[in-house]
Amino acid sequence: MGGRLLAVLLCLATVGLVVIGTLWPVPAAAAYAGGGAFTSSSSTPEEAVTSFANDLSHLAWQKAYSSLSNRGEFTEQDFVRDITGTYPSLRSYATLDNFQVRPLHASDNEAQVELRLRWSTVVGTFLDTRTLRVINSGDHWAPVWPIVKEPRVPPQVIPVTYLRWDVIYRGPEDDWGAQDVDAPHVRIVDMHPVERAAGVVVLGELLNEDVVPAYVSVKATLLGKNGSMIASGDSFDKISHLLLPKQVTPFLITFPNVSLSQVDSIHMDPTSNLVAASADPVIEIQNQKLSPAPDSYFTGSLVNQSGQNVSIAHVLGTFYDKSGQLVWVADQYTDRALLPQTPVAFSIPVPEDLARTISTERAVVATYSAGGFQ
Amino acid sequence: MNVTRSFLIGVAISASSLPALAQSRKLDVPKSVVAGSAFSIETEGGGQGVLYVVGPSQVLKRDVQLGQPVAIAAGDLDNAGHYLAVLNSGSSTETGEFDVVPANQPATLSFLAKPSRLPVGLQNGITGAVYVFDAFQNLITAPTPVSFQLSIPSESVQSRTVESHLGAAWTEMNSGAKDGNARFVARAGDVSATRVIEQVPGDPCGLKMNAKKAGGQIDLETDPLRDCSGNAVTDGTIVTFTESWNGGQTTVDVPLKHGVAQAEVPAYNGARISVATGVVMGNEIRWTNQ
Repeated sequence: MGGRLLAVLLCLATVGLVVIGTLWPVPAAAAYAGGGAFTSSSSTPEEAVTSFANDLSHLAWQKAYSSLSNRGEFTEQDFVRDITGTYPSLRSYATLDNFQVRPLHASDNEAQVELRLRWSTVVGTFLDTRTLRVINSGDHWAPVWPIVKEPRVPPQVIPVTYLRWDVIYRGPEDDWGAQDVDAPHVRIVDMHPVERAAGVVVLGELLNEDVVPAYVSVKATLLGKNGSMIASGDSFDKISHLLLPKQVTPFLITFPNVSLSQVDSIHMDPTSNLVAASADPVIEIQNQKLSPAPDSYFTGSLVNQSGQNVSIAHVLGTFYDKSGQLVWVADQYTDRALLPQTPVAFSIPVPEDLARTISTERAVVATYSAGGFQ
Repeated sequence: MNVTRSFLIGVAISASSLPALAQSRKLDVPKSVVAGSAFSIETEGGGQGVLYVVGPSQVLKRDVQLGQPVAIAAGDLDNAGHYLAVLNSGSSTETGEFDVVPANQPATLSFLAKPSRLPVGLQNGITGAVYVFDAFQNLITAPTPVSFQLSIPSESVQSRTVESHLGAAWTEMNSGAKDGNARFVARAGDVSATRVIEQVPGDPCGLKMNAKKAGGQIDLETDPLRDCSGNAVTDGTIVTFTESWNGGQTTVDVPLKHGVAQAEVPAYNGARISVATGVVMGNEIRWTNQ
C-alpha cells in the first residue's frame, strides 16, 4: 500500500516538474534548447552584452547588429566580416563555443565590459577578447562594438617567380626493376623526452636534408625495461608537415598517463614522402618576443611577403635553454587570413616553469590556402 | 584453362606413378633443351599413344604415332625448369625427364639502380643490381659478364665488369664531383638498360650574406650559394635569416632563387643578423643605423 502511494506521489511530482520547466524554463535551458537567449534583457550593461553574445552564438547577425549603439558607423556586412573574416580563414569555419562577460567599470550613463568569445574550430579553440563600451540609452543599455576592419588588398597583379616542384612517379605498368623517385632524406637532428604533469612529452627537430620538398611525420614508440611497448604516437599537428629543402621543423609527441621512469628507450620513426610543393608563400615572422614568467607568452607578427592570400597559418615555436637544449615546443593557428604585406599577430602561451629556463626561441610557419594544401 | 591443365597434370602424374597397372619403360628424351628451341622425342613400337609433357607452369599434350619421333616446335616449351614426359599407349607407359634451360643470349635486363638522387662526392653511394633474362623471361643462371658504366658530364667514366652469379650481378659506384644527371648503364651481351642518377649539390660551403639599408628596412642578400665542390646549391633551398635586437627577434625562411636568398627585415640599431641553412651557419652582421 505504502509503495503504491510512493509511486503515485513520484509520478505526480515528475509531471509537476515537467509542467513547471516547460512554462517557466531557466534561461540557460531555453537557450540550449534553441528557444532563445539566456537573457534578452538589456536593463544592465552585463545583460546587454550577454544578450548580444547570445545572438552571436545563434548566428543571429541582424539581431546582434541591431542591438549595437554604434551601428551607424559600419554596415551589417562589415560587422559580419569582422566576426567571420573577410577572406576564408579559421574564423570562417568557427562556431562560438562559449563566452564570458566581465564588467570593468560602470557609471550611470556608460560602462565598460570585457567580452571573451571562445570560438571552436577543427584545430582547437581561439579566443577573441573585445572591450565594449556600453551606453545607457534611457530604457536600455546598448553595446558599442569596437569594429576591426580587416584591411583590403587593392586589386593588382603580383608576379611570383618562386619554385614549384612537381613529381612524376613510376607508372603501374612499369617493370618492377624500373627506376622510381626516392623519398626525401630527412633526419632527426635533436630529440629528447621530458616529463610533464600530463605525461611524457617527446620533443625534437627534424631536418629535410634533401633538395626536394618532403611531407614529413614523426612517430615515437616508448619501450619499457623489458623491451615491451608502452605506448606509440605521432606528432599529428605538432609539426610542420611540409618541409622544403634544408628546412627544419620542431615536433612534439605527447604520451598521456606515462611516467618517464617507466621508459627505457624510445624508438623514433621519421617518415617522408616526396610531394609536389611550392616555395611560395614566404612568411616573415617579425617582432618575436617572449614575455617573462609568470603569464609568459611567445608573441610576434606574421607578414606574408607573397601575393597569395594565406587562409590559415600555423605557428610553431621552438624554445631552447642557455645551453641550446630544446626545452619546449608550442603552437598556435592564426584565426585571420594573412594578406600580402599585412601583419597578423600571434600569441602562444608558454608554461610558466619552462619560461624561466628559456634563453632563445625560434618560430616556423606552416601555411594553408583555401583551395588546397600548399 | 587451369582446370584442363590441372587435369592433364593429374593424368600424367597418375600414369607415371602406376607401374603396377602398366608396364613402365624409359622414354628416350634429350637430357636438356634450350628454352624455346625445337626438339623431338623418339618413340618405339606401333599404334597410337598420347604424350604428356609437364613442367613448371606449362603442360603439353600430343597424340602420337608410336615408332615415329614427336616434334616439339620452336617456342612450344619456353619456361625453364625440370620437365616430365609421359607416353601413354594403352597398356604401356614410358616416362622420361629432361631440363629446359634458359638461352645463353641475354634478351632483357632488370636493372635496379639506387638511389635515384644523391649528393656529389659520395664513395660507393650508388648501387646497381642486374638480373639477366633470356627472350622468354627465364633467369639466365649461367655466369654472364655484365658491364656497368656510370658517365657523368665533364667527368671520366666509371666502369666495372661483373660476372653474374645465379642470374644476378651487382656493383657500387661513387658519385662524381659535379652535379647533374649521371647515366648509369648496365650491359650484358647486346642488351643494355639505362637509369638516370641525379647528382645533387652537397651542403653549402661558406654561407655569406651582405646587408644594406633600404628605406626603413635592411635588405639582406646572400652571396651565390655553392657546395664545397663548387656546385651551385639548388634553387628552393631554404635559407633562414634571423635578426635579434634588444630582446626581440625577426626570422624569415627564404627559398633560394637564382642561387641567392634575399629578404628584408626591419632596421634596428645594434641588431645582430645571422644566416643559416639546414645545420650550416653563415656569417653574422651587427647592424648600425647610419
